[in-house]
Amino acid sequence: MPDPIEPERYELSAPPTYRFATDRRGFLAMLGGGLLVVFSAGAQESGGRRRGAEAVPQDLGAWLHIGPDGAVSIYTGKTEVGQNIRTSLCQAAAEELHCPLASIQLVMADTSLVPYDMGTFGSRTTPTMAPQVRRAAATAREALLDLAAEKWNVARAGLSIAGGQISCPGVPASIGFGALTQDRALTRTIARDVAVSQPLRQSAPKIAARDFVTGKHKYTPDLTRPGMLFGRLLRPPAFGASVASVDAPALPGVTVVHDQNFVGVAAPDVQAAADALRQIKVEWKRQPVPPGAASGPGLYEYLKRNAEPLTGDTQASVEDAIAAADIKLQGAYTVAYIAHAPLEPRAALAEWQDGKLTVWTGTQVPFGVRSELAAAFGIPEDRVRVVVPDTGSAYGGKHSGECAVEAARLARAAGKPVKLVWTREEEFTWAYSRPAGLIEIASGVHRQGTVAAWECHNYNSGASGLVGKYDFPKQRNIFHPCQSPLRQGSYRGLAATANHFAREVHMDELAHALKMDPLEFRLKNVKDERLRAVLQAAADAFRWGHGPGIGIACGFEKNGYIATCAQIAVEENRIRILRVVEAFDCGAVVNPDHLKNQIQGAISMAIGGALFEQVRFADGQIANPRFSQYRVPRFSDMPEIEVVLVDRPDLPSAGAGETPIVGLAPAVSNALFHLNGTRLRSLPLILG
Amino acid sequence: MPKVAELTVNGIRRPIDADSELPLLTVLRDRLDLTGAKYGCGEGQCGACTVLLDGQPVRSCMLPVRAAAGKQITTIEGIHHPLQDAFLNEGAMQCGYCTSGMIVSGVALLRKTPHPSRAEIVRHMNGNICRCGTYLRIIAAIQKTAQHA
Repeated sequence: MPDPIEPERYELSAPPTYRFATDRRGFLAMLGGGLLVVFSAGAQESGGRRRGAEAVPQDLGAWLHIGPDGAVSIYTGKTEVGQNIRTSLCQAAAEELHCPLASIQLVMADTSLVPYDMGTFGSRTTPTMAPQVRRAAATAREALLDLAAEKWNVARAGLSIAGGQISCPGVPASIGFGALTQDRALTRTIARDVAVSQPLRQSAPKIAARDFVTGKHKYTPDLTRPGMLFGRLLRPPAFGASVASVDAPALPGVTVVHDQNFVGVAAPDVQAAADALRQIKVEWKRQPVPPGAASGPGLYEYLKRNAEPLTGDTQASVEDAIAAADIKLQGAYTVAYIAHAPLEPRAALAEWQDGKLTVWTGTQVPFGVRSELAAAFGIPEDRVRVVVPDTGSAYGGKHSGECAVEAARLARAAGKPVKLVWTREEEFTWAYSRPAGLIEIASGVHRQGTVAAWECHNYNSGASGLVGKYDFPKQRNIFHPCQSPLRQGSYRGLAATANHFAREVHMDELAHALKMDPLEFRLKNVKDERLRAVLQAAADAFRWGHGPGIGIACGFEKNGYIATCAQIAVEENRIRILRVVEAFDCGAVVNPDHLKNQIQGAISMAIGGALFEQVRFADGQIANPRFSQYRVPRFSDMPEIEVVLVDRPDLPSAGAGETPIVGLAPAVSNALFHLNGTRLRSLPLILG
Repeated sequence: MPKVAELTVNGIRRPIDADSELPLLTVLRDRLDLTGAKYGCGEGQCGACTVLLDGQPVRSCMLPVRAAAGKQITTIEGIHHPLQDAFLNEGAMQCGYCTSGMIVSGVALLRKTPHPSRAEIVRHMNGNICRCGTYLRIIAAIQKTAQHA
């Protein structure tokens, strides 16, 4: 079984051998008086799993602080990239503390202030960070009630807490949180067994949303520092090219850095930086590109040829069971490399002061970037601070710190702060892509409609979502890592999109072979009640069975259950998606409106990978590194979208940013077959 | 190289000293610290840099600053319009990076066409990319603003 969170195999390098205790005395002094709730060694880990030497953090991170003025501050290493966790985490704290949302401040992703966190990925914030915030807030609430009982010399049971005030029958005035602690510095450790409540399911608006509609919010590219210079890099003409020689004229006011394969400049403005770049002459030594390492139909054979040899596969073969089945089917499915293309490209502002480095940058892994910076410059991690402003999206595409390292390298040479904002072309070329993949499925099905056996091989794209929730009596699902011709990494939903595409199209092909309704066939092969429930909910809302060009798909990933129905038309030999209904069960709903926003957004983003997005490349170069050449979904591509929330308040909440992306592509491909009998097995779905 | 010495931004005359071929976006962001307009693509494809020039939406990443001299430039910082509240009411954003450009484009549409049809909204807004996919909410925000106008 794949790990349910599958830390990204391409981007997560081994953790550092040592992680020394961070000196937080200065930070604690800065907090002053009030109530501090800390995370203690041995309590549940932060988001993401820890391995080896990191299993127990040596340092104590502040989790929650209530100042003498009553202001509540919470500290987390998670990053806000548009998934609205700043809001949902504040909601979690406010609900436990019974105080207004506005009285809570969330300090996010500043490595000098927040506890260690592995990163914001894998839809882990809601299932792991939110419960921790709840426990911290509940611990604070209990401590405050203790203080009030002590102050009034009454029994705890009679006290009530609401609106950020504690009151007691018979005591005329209620008391605020700050007045209870006053100037005392109190510390509590998060209680493991403290009672926390389920989410209240309230659609609180995005925190500080007005800053975004007025242009006030400062993303990394909007920041400045006194004396700041602007950086630019001279990029190689192709992947793997190395510097043979550099001829750079001396330019007043411009710092030129040539260090191994790094060639860059820092100048007083972007124009001077661009001018300087043009005057540097570099001879590059290019690497030979292996035959077949290019986008197009040959790519998938290339990946299969370059797969790692299979070892340790001791599962019994399912071949006999497939051979004995009434109907046998084989299919090969492919997905192209696609780009995240976050609208805010990679950006970093780096400043060295007294041998210490501070970098503001948009990343999903602030502590990982801190490690990258420390390693790049050979300095201890406690001399590096990474700060992540709320960032212009990521989608799994900002797990790396190359832009931070580049800005810091230029800043060190220039002796001044340097801001580096990647161009769109750099973002398309030098970031990483969602892996392309080939998925081969062989199956056998009994005439009465149950699958007898299933064998699936995924080449290169990944293991997420490789094993479905269907009740196949015999199955074998294998992921084959391959040598990728492109730099590749995580992407919203990881390989679950590819694996669901292959599985759900193949299921449709089986239903057709059986002359069975695709919904009925799926229900016949799945016992899982939650999957059945979303299938039925989507089908009901969609009025499944009526109209031409309809398709259905379902799935499970990261503890979320999804079913998607789509209706399409073909216009000018292109697929047009008319209507989508998606039912989603992610356990207890936290914030219904933000959840719907995530689902609508995932469906909209999925349209790109389903219909037109693909990174084209050959000879070690990206052929379409611009929005004019790389088509992303626009207003005119939007179908009617209906979201059905299947709320399970009795269950823990799962994350919702990723799984809703997996259902659209197979539902659309199946709808096309229903419309005109054309079966497309490759993403993007392009009619011949 | 010829220079531009002054721009009128959000009703205020601002002295600058900029090469006339510099993109307006660079001047706004790096010289005048008006960072609401964003860089997204540098080729007028994403709309994140949209500002108004004498009321008309333009892509400031591609517009040489000389073309803006002597005209009224309005950036998101100078916009006070009910569409902004509608974006909040509809939750028409996720990461917010496209939001400035969306609002500037939407305000230009509503000033020209106070009651646009859905097709008119899509046609007018199609040059603005929201990678988070909040398009349907943005359409709803524009429609709600038009209804209440």
